[in-house]
Amino acid sequence: MQLAVPVAALITFGIHLLLSKNAPPLETHSYMLLFWEIVGVSIVLAVAQIFWKALRQWMRHMWPIFTVAILLVGVWDVITSGFRLLPLPYFPGPAAVLRSLISDRALLLDSTWHSLLLLLSGYTLGVIVGLVSGVCIGWSSSVRYWGMPLLKVVGPIPATAWIPLAMVVSPSAIVSAAGLVALAVWFPVTMLTASGISNTRASYLDVARTLGAGRAYLIFRVAIPAAVPNIFIGLFMGLGASFLTLVVAESVGVKSGLGWYVSWAQGWAEYGKVFAALVIMAGFFSTLMTLLFKIRDRLLVWQKGIIKW
Amino acid sequence: MVALAETESSSLRVQQVSKSFPAPDDPLTRRQALRNISLSIAAGELVSLVGPSGCGKSTLLRLIAGLDLPDSGELLVGSDPINEPSAARGLVFQDPNLFPWLTVRRNIEAGLVARGVLREKRNEVHEFMQLVGLEAFADAYPHHLSGGMAQRVALARALINHPKVLLLDEPLGALDAFTRMRMQDEVLRLWENRRTTILLVTHDIDEAIYMSDRIMIMTQRPGRIDRTITNALARPRNRTSSEFLRLRAGILELLHFAGGSTSLSK
Repeated sequence: MQLAVPVAALITFGIHLLLSKNAPPLETHSYMLLFWEIVGVSIVLAVAQIFWKALRQWMRHMWPIFTVAILLVGVWDVITSGFRLLPLPYFPGPAAVLRSLISDRALLLDSTWHSLLLLLSGYTLGVIVGLVSGVCIGWSSSVRYWGMPLLKVVGPIPATAWIPLAMVVSPSAIVSAAGLVALAVWFPVTMLTASGISNTRASYLDVARTLGAGRAYLIFRVAIPAAVPNIFIGLFMGLGASFLTLVVAESVGVKSGLGWYVSWAQGWAEYGKVFAALVIMAGFFSTLMTLLFKIRDRLLVWQKGIIKW
Repeated sequence: MVALAETESSSLRVQQVSKSFPAPDDPLTRRQALRNISLSIAAGELVSLVGPSGCGKSTLLRLIAGLDLPDSGELLVGSDPINEPSAARGLVFQDPNLFPWLTVRRNIEAGLVARGVLREKRNEVHEFMQLVGLEAFADAYPHHLSGGMAQRVALARALINHPKVLLLDEPLGALDAFTRMRMQDEVLRLWENRRTTILLVTHDIDEAIYMSDRIMIMTQRPGRIDRTITNALARPRNRTSSEFLRLRAGILELLHFAGGSTSLSK
């Protein structure tokens, strides 16, 4: 069981050796190094887990997934390099993608860094504005009267649809892209925050008032904590919307970032690089998602046992 | 003299209070929930309010808490009119309504935080947790507590503000019979130590007889106080004594639930 991962790695690499007689030797070389690393690390872990219980539990949970993932890489290899079922050069094999990943690592790293900066600045701005507007709309009925129609009409427009206008209005493409990301995040965060705040159980507010609470306590220590589960749904939706907007904005106007890299590589018909960027995006976005999940678990520890996550 | 003024200020008076609400099915007509209710509770007295559900007991309690305002009439604590909620009038509901995002300790502290006096009075928090026997659960979240424990936290949370008047809206109604009887003794112990004025809304006649100095019986539509019975039974009371049972039979008869024929000795 503990050896499933190294066995899968050997199988997948064996498939590659059978298929890659006429592949560039450099590709095969780096592909081989990757699998030797996987084999090495997994054997070390298989030994370590004998002495380390937490590691054993983690491995028991994750190993089936890793094994299948590695075997799927082998299947991909068979489909592309083996039987040539998908047209080249649009669908390169895993070894070619790995080679692009390694050879273009400096530019990929730089693009990831720029995407991260743009994403975080836009997301942070959108979340802050969204929380403020959501709390105001949720708490005050007069703000709700005027704010809700605006939110309902303007909010559902996809942020990417504003790109033509944003390019005209803003002095720099980066600023307008950050603004678009913020806009994409703002809508779900505002909507969910407002509904969370306005659905605060009236009895919590009643209790707080009989305990001597003023308005600040009612808003910041009753309504907002009560709305936090809802707010996180908005934050997750906003994060998804921000990825989409980021990639589109980068490939249209901004001259840096992963979205730009994908369309640039496509322009040169270097599909190995396109896939390399997609692999990076998958890791990049899922890491941010995981991070948000961790923050939620920390903040909503009081819900543990009430609801199933 | 100072002590006397202090206790005087925690008496409660309700004078000719009426309250109506829009009817749920027809917002243009209003339904009278309370009509010309008057009552007065002396400082340190424990009074029960019993009656069928929907008779306006909870409405009256919300008016006294200051959460709603009456259409007409006046409510006073001591000589101060009630026109908004205040930490001087603690309220405990049937549902403990603990803040689920706060631990037991933070729930009990809530009143101190709300009034901005946590720094000066932090030492009292432990005292109140001890009072209700929950020191071991200080860092637990409310959903880990049983119904009885949660209601104890709710009591401690209300008491930490040292309210002049404690309003209890069927606080033990959701507990099982054994826990309820034990909690009745606990509330009595708290009351005997602190002599807070208590108004207890309940639909449990045994509870009213066991606990209170006086029992007010409400009738419904519109809600008004039909009768007040002084309960002179010596404390601690015996739930199975013949005087207890006689009083119980009399109240059931007043509420038309007696079935046979008994009479209340007045």
